[in-house]
Amino acid sequence: MTAGRAKGWNDRTLSRLVQLGFAVVLLLAWYLAATWGQVSHLLLPNPVEVWHQFIGILASGEFLPDLRVTLTELAVAFAISTSLGISTGYFVSRSPYAIKVFEPLFAGIFSIPIILFLPLYVLFFGLGPASKIALGATISFFPIVLNTIAGFGNVDRVLTTAARSMGASNLQMFRHVLLPAALPVVLAGLRMGFTVALLSIIGSETIASLAGLGHRIVNLAENMDMARMFAYIAFVVAIAAFLNAAVSALEARGRR
Amino acid sequence: MTTLAPAVTAPKPLTLRVRRWFLRHPAAARLGVVVILFVIWEIAARFFVDPNFLSPPSRVIVSIDDVLATQGVPQALRVTFYELAVSFVLAVVLGVILGLSIGLGRFAHRSFMPIILLLYGTPQITILPIFVLLFGIGPASKIAFGVSHGVFPVTILVAAGVQNIKPIYLVSARSMGASRWHILRHVIFPHMIPSFFTSMRLAMTGVLLGVLLAELYVSTAGIGYFTSVFTQDFDPTKLIGLVSILAAMAVVLNEVVRRAELHYGRWRS
Repeated sequence: MTAGRAKGWNDRTLSRLVQLGFAVVLLLAWYLAATWGQVSHLLLPNPVEVWHQFIGILASGEFLPDLRVTLTELAVAFAISTSLGISTGYFVSRSPYAIKVFEPLFAGIFSIPIILFLPLYVLFFGLGPASKIALGATISFFPIVLNTIAGFGNVDRVLTTAARSMGASNLQMFRHVLLPAALPVVLAGLRMGFTVALLSIIGSETIASLAGLGHRIVNLAENMDMARMFAYIAFVVAIAAFLNAAVSALEARGRR
Repeated sequence: MTTLAPAVTAPKPLTLRVRRWFLRHPAAARLGVVVILFVIWEIAARFFVDPNFLSPPSRVIVSIDDVLATQGVPQALRVTFYELAVSFVLAVVLGVILGLSIGLGRFAHRSFMPIILLLYGTPQITILPIFVLLFGIGPASKIAFGVSHGVFPVTILVAAGVQNIKPIYLVSARSMGASRWHILRHVIFPHMIPSFFTSMRLAMTGVLLGVLLAELYVSTAGIGYFTSVFTQDFDPTKLIGLVSILAAMAVVLNEVVRRAELHYGRWRS
Protein backbone atom coordinates (compact mmCIF):
# COMPACT_ATOMS: atom_id res chain seq x y z
CA MET A 1 0.00 0.00 0.00
CA THR A 2 2.59 2.52 1.09
CA ALA A 3 4.96 1.30 -1.59
CA GLY A 4 2.27 1.84 -4.19
CA ARG A 5 1.62 5.33 -2.91
CA ALA A 6 5.32 6.14 -2.88
CA LYS A 7 5.56 5.05 -6.46
CA GLY A 8 2.52 7.08 -7.37
CA TRP A 9 4.26 10.15 -6.02
CA ASN A 10 6.00 12.20 -8.53
CA ASP A 11 9.73 11.82 -8.17
CA ARG A 12 10.06 15.51 -8.71
CA THR A 13 7.89 16.54 -5.78
CA LEU A 14 9.84 14.12 -3.62
CA SER A 15 13.07 15.84 -4.62
CA ARG A 16 11.54 19.21 -3.85
CA LEU A 17 10.48 17.89 -0.45
CA VAL A 18 14.02 16.75 0.26
CA GLN A 19 15.33 20.19 -0.67
CA LEU A 20 12.71 21.88 1.47
CA GLY A 21 13.50 19.50 4.33
CA PHE A 22 17.19 20.34 4.00
CA ALA A 23 16.46 24.04 4.32
CA VAL A 24 14.11 23.52 7.24
CA VAL A 25 16.59 21.30 9.09
CA LEU A 26 19.32 23.84 8.52
CA LEU A 27 17.19 26.70 9.84
CA LEU A 28 15.99 24.62 12.77
CA ALA A 29 19.54 23.57 13.67
CA TRP A 30 20.60 27.20 13.48
CA TYR A 31 17.68 28.28 15.69
CA LEU A 32 18.26 25.53 18.25
CA ALA A 33 22.01 26.08 18.35
CA ALA A 34 21.57 29.82 18.77
CA THR A 35 18.81 29.57 21.35
CA TRP A 36 19.81 26.66 23.57
CA GLY A 37 23.24 25.65 22.34
CA GLN A 38 26.49 26.77 23.86
CA VAL A 39 27.41 28.70 20.72
CA SER A 40 28.51 32.24 21.35
CA HIS A 41 26.19 34.97 20.11
CA LEU A 42 29.23 36.57 18.51
CA LEU A 43 29.54 33.64 16.13
CA LEU A 44 25.95 32.66 15.56
CA PRO A 45 23.19 35.21 16.11
CA ASN A 46 19.63 34.10 16.62
CA PRO A 47 17.83 33.68 13.29
CA VAL A 48 14.76 35.47 14.65
CA GLU A 49 16.85 38.50 15.48
CA VAL A 50 18.52 38.33 12.06
CA TRP A 51 15.08 38.32 10.48
CA HIS A 52 14.01 41.38 12.49
CA GLN A 53 17.18 43.18 11.45
CA PHE A 54 16.59 42.20 7.85
CA ILE A 55 13.08 43.64 7.92
CA GLY A 56 14.43 46.73 9.69
CA ILE A 57 17.07 47.26 7.03
CA LEU A 58 14.54 46.93 4.24
CA ALA A 59 11.98 49.16 5.96
CA SER A 60 14.36 51.97 6.90
CA GLY A 61 15.96 52.06 3.47
CA GLU A 62 19.36 52.60 5.07
CA PHE A 63 20.90 50.23 2.55
CA LEU A 64 20.25 52.68 -0.29
CA PRO A 65 23.50 54.71 -0.19
CA ASP A 66 25.66 51.57 -0.07
CA LEU A 67 23.60 49.86 -2.73
CA ARG A 68 23.89 52.91 -4.95
CA VAL A 69 27.67 52.98 -4.59
CA THR A 70 28.01 49.29 -5.42
CA LEU A 71 25.60 49.37 -8.34
CA THR A 72 27.21 52.49 -9.80
CA GLU A 73 30.62 50.88 -9.63
CA LEU A 74 29.21 47.76 -11.23
CA ALA A 75 27.48 49.67 -14.02
CA VAL A 76 30.53 51.77 -14.90
CA ALA A 77 32.91 48.81 -14.72
CA PHE A 78 30.64 46.66 -16.85
CA ALA A 79 30.12 49.43 -19.40
CA ILE A 80 33.89 49.89 -19.74
CA SER A 81 34.67 46.19 -20.03
CA THR A 82 31.79 45.57 -22.43
CA SER A 83 32.72 48.33 -24.85
CA LEU A 84 36.44 47.59 -24.73
CA GLY A 85 35.99 43.82 -24.71
CA ILE A 86 33.56 43.63 -27.60
CA SER A 87 35.38 46.12 -29.82
CA THR A 88 38.79 44.54 -29.14
CA GLY A 89 37.38 41.07 -29.60
CA TYR A 90 35.66 41.99 -32.85
CA PHE A 91 38.74 43.55 -34.42
CA VAL A 92 40.95 40.66 -33.33
CA SER A 93 38.47 38.14 -34.70
CA ARG A 94 38.60 39.73 -38.20
CA SER A 95 41.95 38.15 -38.94
CA PRO A 96 42.94 34.55 -38.17
CA TYR A 97 46.46 35.77 -37.67
CA ALA A 98 45.43 38.30 -35.03
CA ILE A 99 43.46 35.55 -33.29
CA LYS A 100 46.60 33.43 -33.16
CA VAL A 101 48.60 36.33 -31.76
CA PHE A 102 46.18 37.74 -29.20
CA GLU A 103 43.87 34.94 -28.11
CA PRO A 104 46.52 32.96 -26.17
CA LEU A 105 47.70 36.22 -24.63
CA PHE A 106 44.24 37.04 -23.25
CA ALA A 107 43.63 33.44 -22.20
CA GLY A 108 46.97 33.38 -20.39
CA ILE A 109 46.27 36.57 -18.46
CA PHE A 110 42.76 35.30 -17.70
CA SER A 111 44.24 32.30 -15.89
CA ILE A 112 46.00 34.55 -13.37
CA PRO A 113 43.85 35.45 -10.37
CA ILE A 114 43.65 39.17 -11.15
CA ILE A 115 42.40 39.93 -7.65
CA LEU A 116 46.11 39.67 -6.77
CA PHE A 117 46.63 43.05 -8.36
CA LEU A 118 44.10 44.69 -6.04
CA PRO A 119 46.86 46.27 -3.89
CA LEU A 120 48.29 47.85 -7.05
CA TYR A 121 44.88 49.17 -8.03
CA VAL A 122 44.37 50.61 -4.57
CA LEU A 123 47.77 52.24 -4.82
CA PHE A 124 46.97 53.79 -8.23
CA PHE A 125 43.32 54.66 -7.82
CA GLY A 126 42.89 55.11 -4.09
CA LEU A 127 40.39 53.57 -1.71
CA GLY A 128 37.33 55.08 -3.40
CA PRO A 129 35.12 53.74 -6.16
CA ALA A 130 37.76 54.25 -8.87
CA SER A 131 39.85 51.27 -7.81
CA LYS A 132 36.77 49.01 -7.70
CA ILE A 133 35.67 50.16 -11.12
CA ALA A 134 39.13 49.62 -12.58
CA LEU A 135 39.47 46.17 -11.04
CA GLY A 136 35.97 45.09 -12.01
CA ALA A 137 36.51 46.33 -15.56
CA THR A 138 39.84 44.52 -15.83
CA ILE A 139 38.52 41.24 -14.50
CA SER A 140 35.38 41.21 -16.61
CA PHE A 141 37.22 42.33 -19.76
CA PHE A 142 38.77 38.90 -20.27
CA PRO A 143 35.73 36.61 -20.47
CA ILE A 144 34.03 39.18 -22.71
CA VAL A 145 36.94 39.58 -25.12
CA LEU A 146 37.63 35.83 -25.23
CA ASN A 147 34.01 34.98 -25.98
CA THR A 148 33.73 37.74 -28.56
CA ILE A 149 36.79 36.37 -30.34
CA ALA A 150 35.38 32.85 -30.14
CA GLY A 151 31.97 33.99 -31.34
CA PHE A 152 33.02 36.10 -34.31
CA GLY A 153 36.05 33.97 -35.12
CA ASN A 154 34.21 30.69 -35.47
CA VAL A 155 31.41 31.69 -37.81
CA ASP A 156 30.85 28.87 -40.26
CA ARG A 157 32.80 29.52 -43.48
CA VAL A 158 29.94 28.18 -45.57
CA LEU A 159 27.67 30.93 -44.27
CA THR A 160 30.11 33.77 -44.90
CA THR A 161 31.08 32.48 -48.34
CA ALA A 162 27.45 32.01 -49.33
CA ALA A 163 26.54 35.52 -48.17
CA ARG A 164 29.53 37.02 -49.99
CA SER A 165 28.76 35.19 -53.23
CA MET A 166 25.20 36.44 -53.03
CA GLY A 167 26.62 39.93 -52.90
CA ALA A 168 26.17 40.90 -49.27
CA SER A 169 27.72 44.23 -48.34
CA ASN A 170 29.92 44.50 -45.28
CA LEU A 171 27.08 45.92 -43.26
CA GLN A 172 24.63 43.26 -44.39
CA MET A 173 27.25 40.65 -43.70
CA PHE A 174 27.64 41.90 -40.16
CA ARG A 175 23.95 42.39 -39.51
CA HIS A 176 22.59 39.19 -40.99
CA VAL A 177 25.40 36.65 -40.83
CA LEU A 178 28.12 37.44 -38.31
CA LEU A 179 25.98 38.93 -35.56
CA PRO A 180 23.34 36.18 -35.38
CA ALA A 181 26.03 33.50 -35.50
CA ALA A 182 28.19 35.07 -32.82
CA LEU A 183 25.50 36.45 -30.52
CA PRO A 184 24.94 33.40 -28.26
CA VAL A 185 28.65 33.07 -27.48
CA VAL A 186 29.09 36.81 -26.99
CA LEU A 187 26.08 36.95 -24.68
CA ALA A 188 27.46 34.06 -22.63
CA GLY A 189 30.68 36.04 -22.31
CA LEU A 190 28.79 39.13 -21.21
CA ARG A 191 26.96 37.11 -18.57
CA MET A 192 30.22 35.66 -17.27
CA GLY A 193 31.77 39.12 -17.32
CA PHE A 194 28.87 40.55 -15.37
CA THR A 195 29.09 37.84 -12.72
CA VAL A 196 32.83 38.22 -12.19
CA ALA A 197 32.52 42.02 -12.19
CA LEU A 198 29.91 41.81 -9.44
CA LEU A 199 32.02 39.38 -7.43
CA SER A 200 35.22 41.34 -7.78
CA ILE A 201 33.55 44.63 -6.90
CA ILE A 202 31.95 43.25 -3.74
CA GLY A 203 35.25 41.50 -3.00
CA SER A 204 37.37 44.60 -3.37
CA GLU A 205 34.86 46.54 -1.27
CA THR A 206 35.29 43.90 1.40
CA ILE A 207 39.06 44.13 1.30
CA ALA A 208 39.70 47.86 1.04
CA SER A 209 37.08 50.56 0.59
CA LEU A 210 35.24 53.52 2.00
CA ALA A 211 31.67 52.68 1.02
CA GLY A 212 29.51 50.05 -0.62
CA LEU A 213 27.77 46.86 0.44
CA GLY A 214 30.98 44.89 0.97
CA HIS A 215 32.31 47.70 3.10
CA ARG A 216 29.15 47.73 5.18
CA ILE A 217 29.43 44.01 5.92
CA VAL A 218 33.05 44.37 7.04
CA ASN A 219 32.16 47.37 9.13
CA LEU A 220 29.44 45.42 10.94
CA ALA A 221 31.81 42.48 11.43
CA GLU A 222 34.38 44.76 13.00
CA ASN A 223 31.75 46.20 15.33
CA MET A 224 30.67 42.65 16.23
CA ASP A 225 27.10 43.51 15.25
CA MET A 226 26.49 39.98 14.11
CA ALA A 227 22.72 39.85 13.64
CA ARG A 228 22.85 42.95 11.48
CA MET A 229 25.82 41.57 9.54
CA PHE A 230 23.99 38.32 8.79
CA ALA A 231 21.00 40.33 7.64
CA TYR A 232 23.21 42.38 5.33
CA ILE A 233 24.85 39.23 3.98
CA ALA A 234 21.42 37.82 3.19
CA PHE A 235 20.53 41.12 1.52
CA VAL A 236 23.66 41.13 -0.65
CA VAL A 237 23.21 37.48 -1.58
CA ALA A 238 19.63 38.23 -2.59
CA ILE A 239 20.71 41.24 -4.66
CA ALA A 240 23.42 39.19 -6.37
CA ALA A 241 21.02 36.33 -7.06
CA PHE A 242 18.48 38.77 -8.49
CA LEU A 243 21.06 40.48 -10.72
CA ASN A 244 22.45 37.17 -11.96
CA ALA A 245 18.98 35.83 -12.66
CA ALA A 246 18.09 39.03 -14.52
CA VAL A 247 21.24 38.79 -16.65
CA SER A 248 20.60 35.11 -17.39
CA ALA A 249 17.05 35.94 -18.41
CA LEU A 250 18.29 38.72 -20.69
CA GLU A 251 20.81 36.31 -22.18
CA ALA A 252 18.12 33.70 -22.86
CA ARG A 253 15.97 36.41 -24.45
CA GLY A 254 18.81 37.60 -26.63
CA ARG A 255 19.58 34.10 -27.83
CA ARG A 256 16.19 33.57 -29.39
CA MET B 1 73.72 29.08 -64.45
CA THR B 2 75.78 31.28 -62.25
CA THR B 3 74.27 34.32 -63.81
CA LEU B 4 70.76 33.05 -63.31
CA ALA B 5 71.03 32.19 -59.65
CA PRO B 6 70.98 35.72 -58.30
CA ALA B 7 67.93 36.49 -60.40
CA VAL B 8 66.03 33.57 -58.87
CA THR B 9 66.86 34.47 -55.29
CA ALA B 10 66.52 38.16 -55.94
CA PRO B 11 66.54 39.61 -52.43
CA LYS B 12 63.11 40.69 -51.42
CA PRO B 13 62.76 43.90 -49.49
CA LEU B 14 63.70 43.36 -45.89
CA THR B 15 60.38 44.62 -44.53
CA LEU B 16 58.51 42.05 -46.58
CA ARG B 17 60.70 39.24 -45.33
CA VAL B 18 60.29 40.37 -41.75
CA ARG B 19 56.53 40.48 -42.27
CA ARG B 20 56.52 37.00 -43.78
CA TRP B 21 58.53 35.66 -40.91
CA PHE B 22 56.15 37.15 -38.36
CA LEU B 23 53.17 35.82 -40.30
CA ARG B 24 54.60 32.34 -40.06
CA HIS B 25 55.44 32.70 -36.37
CA PRO B 26 52.45 34.14 -34.48
CA ALA B 27 54.13 33.23 -31.21
CA ALA B 28 56.97 35.60 -32.01
CA ALA B 29 54.49 38.36 -32.77
CA ARG B 30 52.78 37.65 -29.47
CA LEU B 31 56.11 37.98 -27.71
CA GLY B 32 56.58 41.24 -29.59
CA VAL B 33 53.27 42.56 -28.27
CA VAL B 34 54.30 41.68 -24.72
CA VAL B 35 57.67 43.36 -25.20
CA ILE B 36 56.01 46.51 -26.56
CA LEU B 37 53.68 46.60 -23.56
CA PHE B 38 56.64 46.33 -21.22
CA VAL B 39 58.46 49.10 -23.09
CA ILE B 40 55.40 51.37 -22.79
CA TRP B 41 55.23 50.56 -19.09
CA GLU B 42 58.93 51.30 -18.70
CA ILE B 43 58.71 54.65 -20.51
CA ALA B 44 55.54 55.67 -18.68
CA ALA B 45 56.99 54.79 -15.31
CA ARG B 46 60.33 56.47 -15.95
CA PHE B 47 59.12 59.75 -17.38
CA PHE B 48 55.44 60.32 -16.79
CA VAL B 49 54.04 58.71 -13.67
CA ASP B 50 54.74 59.66 -10.07
CA PRO B 51 57.35 57.15 -8.82
CA ASN B 52 55.35 56.78 -5.62
CA PHE B 53 52.73 54.86 -7.57
CA LEU B 54 54.39 53.04 -10.41
CA SER B 55 57.83 51.71 -10.88
CA PRO B 56 59.44 50.63 -14.16
CA PRO B 57 59.70 46.90 -14.87
CA SER B 58 63.50 47.01 -15.07
CA ARG B 59 63.66 48.23 -11.50
CA VAL B 60 61.06 45.68 -10.39
CA ILE B 61 63.06 42.80 -11.84
CA VAL B 62 66.25 44.02 -10.19
CA SER B 63 64.44 44.41 -6.89
CA ILE B 64 63.01 40.90 -6.74
CA ASP B 65 66.12 39.83 -4.83
CA ASP B 66 65.43 42.68 -2.45
CA VAL B 67 61.84 41.57 -1.96
CA LEU B 68 62.93 38.03 -1.19
CA ALA B 69 65.52 39.36 1.24
CA THR B 70 62.91 41.39 3.14
CA GLN B 71 62.51 40.05 6.62
CA GLY B 72 59.64 37.56 6.64
CA VAL B 73 58.77 37.48 2.94
CA PRO B 74 60.14 33.97 2.17
CA GLN B 75 58.31 32.72 5.23
CA ALA B 76 55.13 34.45 4.03
CA LEU B 77 55.46 32.85 0.58
CA ARG B 78 55.87 29.48 2.26
CA VAL B 79 52.77 30.09 4.40
CA THR B 80 50.72 31.08 1.36
CA PHE B 81 51.93 28.08 -0.61
CA TYR B 82 51.10 25.82 2.32
CA GLU B 83 47.58 27.30 2.54
CA LEU B 84 47.10 26.78 -1.19
CA ALA B 85 48.31 23.18 -1.07
CA VAL B 86 46.24 22.18 1.95
CA SER B 87 43.05 23.78 0.71
CA PHE B 88 43.55 22.35 -2.78
CA VAL B 89 43.91 18.82 -1.41
CA LEU B 90 40.97 19.26 0.95
CA ALA B 91 38.78 20.75 -1.79
CA VAL B 92 39.54 17.90 -4.19
CA VAL B 93 39.06 15.14 -1.60
CA LEU B 94 35.84 16.60 -0.21
CA GLY B 95 34.58 17.41 -3.69
CA VAL B 96 35.18 13.88 -4.97
CA ILE B 97 33.43 12.35 -1.96
CA LEU B 98 30.46 14.72 -2.30
CA GLY B 99 30.38 14.40 -6.07
CA LEU B 100 30.43 10.61 -5.98
CA SER B 101 27.72 10.38 -3.35
CA ILE B 102 25.54 12.84 -5.24
CA GLY B 103 26.30 11.56 -8.70
CA LEU B 104 25.84 7.86 -8.06
CA GLY B 105 22.18 8.06 -7.13
CA ARG B 106 19.64 9.44 -9.52
CA PHE B 107 17.43 10.64 -6.70
CA ALA B 108 20.30 12.12 -4.70
CA HIS B 109 21.44 13.91 -7.82
CA ARG B 110 18.08 15.47 -8.46
CA SER B 111 17.58 16.44 -4.82
CA PHE B 112 20.96 17.79 -3.87
CA MET B 113 22.42 19.09 -7.10
CA PRO B 114 20.26 22.25 -7.05
CA ILE B 115 21.44 22.92 -3.50
CA ILE B 116 25.09 22.59 -4.56
CA LEU B 117 24.52 24.80 -7.59
CA LEU B 118 22.78 27.39 -5.42
CA LEU B 119 25.69 27.42 -2.97
CA TYR B 120 28.17 27.63 -5.83
CA GLY B 121 26.26 30.56 -7.26
CA THR B 122 26.19 32.68 -4.11
CA PRO B 123 28.91 35.31 -3.82
CA GLN B 124 30.97 33.71 -1.08
CA ILE B 125 33.04 36.82 -0.61
CA THR B 126 30.17 38.23 1.46
CA ILE B 127 30.72 35.60 4.16
CA LEU B 128 34.48 36.11 4.34
CA PRO B 129 34.14 38.04 7.64
CA ILE B 130 32.33 35.03 9.12
CA PHE B 131 35.19 32.75 8.10
CA VAL B 132 37.60 35.06 9.84
CA LEU B 133 35.49 35.13 13.00
CA LEU B 134 35.15 31.34 13.00
CA PHE B 135 38.71 30.38 12.08
CA GLY B 136 40.74 33.35 13.25
CA ILE B 137 43.12 35.51 11.28
CA GLY B 138 45.72 32.78 10.84
CA PRO B 139 46.13 30.27 8.00
CA ALA B 140 43.03 28.29 9.04
CA SER B 141 40.60 30.89 7.73
CA LYS B 142 42.47 31.11 4.41
CA ILE B 143 42.42 27.35 4.03
CA ALA B 144 38.72 27.18 4.86
CA PHE B 145 37.88 29.98 2.46
CA GLY B 146 39.96 28.37 -0.28
CA VAL B 147 38.18 25.06 0.28
CA SER B 148 34.80 26.76 0.11
CA HIS B 149 35.75 28.16 -3.30
CA GLY B 150 37.31 24.99 -4.62
CA VAL B 151 34.99 22.28 -3.41
CA PHE B 152 31.89 23.12 -5.46
CA PRO B 153 33.32 22.92 -8.98
CA VAL B 154 34.87 19.57 -8.08
CA THR B 155 31.57 18.28 -6.70
CA ILE B 156 29.62 19.45 -9.72
CA LEU B 157 32.04 18.10 -12.31
CA VAL B 158 32.60 14.76 -10.58
CA ALA B 159 28.84 14.29 -10.22
CA ALA B 160 28.37 15.19 -13.88
CA GLY B 161 31.18 12.81 -14.86
CA VAL B 162 29.55 9.96 -12.98
CA GLN B 163 26.13 10.76 -14.39
CA ASN B 164 27.39 10.84 -17.95
CA ILE B 165 28.52 7.23 -18.00
CA LYS B 166 26.52 5.40 -20.62
CA PRO B 167 24.05 3.18 -18.76
CA ILE B 168 24.93 0.31 -21.08
CA TYR B 169 28.37 0.01 -19.49
CA LEU B 170 26.87 -0.24 -16.03
CA VAL B 171 24.24 -2.73 -17.15
CA SER B 172 26.71 -4.91 -18.99
CA ALA B 173 29.17 -4.85 -16.09
CA ARG B 174 26.39 -5.82 -13.72
CA SER B 175 25.11 -8.55 -16.00
CA MET B 176 28.62 -9.99 -16.15
CA GLY B 177 28.47 -10.26 -12.39
CA ALA B 178 30.53 -7.27 -11.30
CA SER B 179 30.17 -6.33 -7.66
CA ARG B 180 29.50 -2.78 -6.54
CA TRP B 181 33.21 -2.26 -5.86
CA HIS B 182 34.17 -3.75 -9.22
CA ILE B 183 31.85 -1.36 -11.01
CA LEU B 184 33.31 1.58 -9.11
CA ARG B 185 36.85 0.46 -9.71
CA HIS B 186 36.66 -0.62 -13.37
CA VAL B 187 33.80 1.33 -14.89
CA ILE B 188 33.10 4.49 -12.95
CA PHE B 189 36.61 5.56 -11.96
CA PRO B 190 38.14 5.28 -15.43
CA HIS B 191 35.23 7.25 -16.84
CA MET B 192 35.59 9.94 -14.23
CA ILE B 193 39.22 10.64 -15.03
CA PRO B 194 38.74 13.39 -17.64
CA SER B 195 36.13 15.26 -15.64
CA PHE B 196 38.20 14.68 -12.51
CA PHE B 197 41.21 16.45 -13.98
CA THR B 198 39.06 19.25 -15.38
CA SER B 199 37.62 19.65 -11.91
CA MET B 200 41.14 19.79 -10.46
CA ARG B 201 41.91 22.70 -12.76
CA LEU B 202 38.76 24.55 -11.70
CA ALA B 203 39.51 23.71 -8.07
CA MET B 204 42.93 25.29 -8.48
CA THR B 205 41.38 28.46 -9.90
CA GLY B 206 38.89 28.58 -7.05
CA VAL B 207 41.41 27.82 -4.34
CA LEU B 208 43.78 30.49 -5.63
CA LEU B 209 40.94 33.00 -5.62
CA GLY B 210 39.69 32.06 -2.16
CA VAL B 211 43.08 31.94 -0.47
CA LEU B 212 44.29 35.17 -2.06
CA LEU B 213 41.05 36.99 -1.21
CA ALA B 214 41.32 35.90 2.40
CA GLU B 215 45.00 36.80 2.46
CA LEU B 216 44.32 40.29 1.14
CA TYR B 217 41.41 40.76 3.54
CA VAL B 218 43.35 40.14 6.74
CA SER B 219 46.65 38.46 7.31
CA THR B 220 49.28 38.23 9.99
CA ALA B 221 51.88 36.00 8.42
CA GLY B 222 51.03 35.43 4.77
CA ILE B 223 51.48 37.44 1.64
CA GLY B 224 48.53 39.71 2.37
CA TYR B 225 50.40 41.21 5.30
CA PHE B 226 53.27 42.29 3.07
CA THR B 227 51.11 43.59 0.25
CA SER B 228 49.42 45.94 2.72
CA VAL B 229 52.77 46.94 4.24
CA PHE B 230 54.23 47.77 0.83
CA THR B 231 51.07 49.63 -0.18
CA GLN B 232 51.15 51.75 2.97
CA ASP B 233 54.85 52.47 2.44
CA PHE B 234 54.17 53.63 -1.15
CA ASP B 235 56.81 51.20 -2.29
CA PRO B 236 55.51 50.15 -5.72
CA THR B 237 58.76 48.46 -6.69
CA LYS B 238 58.51 45.88 -3.94
CA LEU B 239 54.74 45.59 -4.25
CA ILE B 240 54.87 44.85 -7.96
CA GLY B 241 57.76 42.47 -7.35
CA LEU B 242 55.82 40.55 -4.73
CA VAL B 243 52.65 40.46 -6.83
CA SER B 244 54.68 39.22 -9.80
CA ILE B 245 56.16 36.41 -7.73
CA LEU B 246 52.65 35.40 -6.67
CA ALA B 247 51.33 35.67 -10.21
CA ALA B 248 54.18 33.47 -11.40
CA MET B 249 53.30 30.98 -8.68
CA ALA B 250 49.65 31.01 -9.76
CA VAL B 251 50.60 30.56 -13.42
CA VAL B 252 52.87 27.60 -12.60
CA LEU B 253 50.23 25.92 -10.43
CA ASN B 254 47.55 26.45 -13.10
CA GLU B 255 49.85 25.14 -15.78
CA VAL B 256 50.69 21.99 -13.78
CA VAL B 257 47.00 21.09 -13.43
CA ARG B 258 46.28 22.03 -17.03
CA ARG B 259 49.06 19.76 -18.26
CA ALA B 260 47.72 16.97 -16.08
CA GLU B 261 44.26 17.54 -17.53
CA LEU B 262 45.54 17.40 -21.10
CA HIS B 263 47.62 14.33 -20.38
CA TYR B 264 44.99 12.27 -18.57
CA GLY B 265 42.04 13.43 -20.62
CA ARG B 266 43.60 12.12 -23.81
CA TRP B 267 42.91 8.44 -23.51
CA ARG B 268 39.27 8.62 -24.49
CA SER B 269 39.49 10.58 -27.70
